[in-house]
Amino acid sequence: MTTQKHILPFALLTRIWLVLMVLTGVTVGVASFDFGYLNVLVAMTVASTKALLVIFFFMHLKYENRTLGAFVLLVFVILAIFIGFTFFDVAMRPEAGS
Amino acid sequence: MSEAHKDYAGDKFGMWLFLFTEILLFGGFFLLYSVYLHRYPVEFHEGGLQLSRVFGTFNTVVLITSSLTVALAISALQQGKKALCLWLLSATIALAGVFMVNKFFEWSAKIGHGIYPGSPEMAAGSGGANIFFGLYYLMTGAHGLHVVIGAAILGFCMLRIWQGRVTADNFGLLENGGLYWHLVDLVWIFLFPLFYLIS
Repeated sequence: MTTQKHILPFALLTRIWLVLMVLTGVTVGVASFDFGYLNVLVAMTVASTKALLVIFFFMHLKYENRTLGAFVLLVFVILAIFIGFTFFDVAMRPEAGS
Repeated sequence: MSEAHKDYAGDKFGMWLFLFTEILLFGGFFLLYSVYLHRYPVEFHEGGLQLSRVFGTFNTVVLITSSLTVALAISALQQGKKALCLWLLSATIALAGVFMVNKFFEWSAKIGHGIYPGSPEMAAGSGGANIFFGLYYLMTGAHGLHVVIGAAILGFCMLRIWQGRVTADNFGLLENGGLYWHLVDLVWIFLFPLFYLIS
């Protein structure tokens, strides 16, 4: 078996870490302002960006074959359907008793 | 080499499949969170105010840095730098320890203030605060358990590397251990804003 060896340089990993630190600063900074519902949206957008950086670089997904990439995408799509559709259901219901 | 047949790609795919189940496990928690946030926006806002943003941010920095040290450790091992790799993994486990010690102080302080599921203070009111902190303990608890397990897995990887059984040409175990650790980081990336920055 050949092992696909793709060594990520230390400099690249450190740069990704720096970006993650900056994004953490951004999300904490933004939280001190009140934009109403936009706050949650901004926080989730920043978190998703951070997650993508971790998945693509720290977890090497950028250098894996496409099959694996497709599976990862599929899982997140399923998760989005799972959370999104349940949320639509809950949000559109008339106020339940109690 | 009389090594047994190794399926590097298969091993890694298997690890990712396992991670998918973990993503769906935490996905269930996030689903509960979003539904209750919708039902109790005010209580969640007030609950978030009671959590220490400083502690939360510090732990985020600790965990992201520990993800970096694991990623560096894999690169180091692939380059044959065994000693450096072991140092980087020790640093990762030390950071995991820092995270858990922080968590301990955070939880103790909250419980000391009467904030725990079903406590007299929480049981009063609309129940929204009780649900917020119930989810807080459930989700950070499940995450903390993963931190402890992840640190143990990395410790096992260190042993194998030290023994010379995981090497520059046979690094699959460390890579998979690293994948688990990054998942722990991923979950925290979402937990942090949802609980600490919701206010």
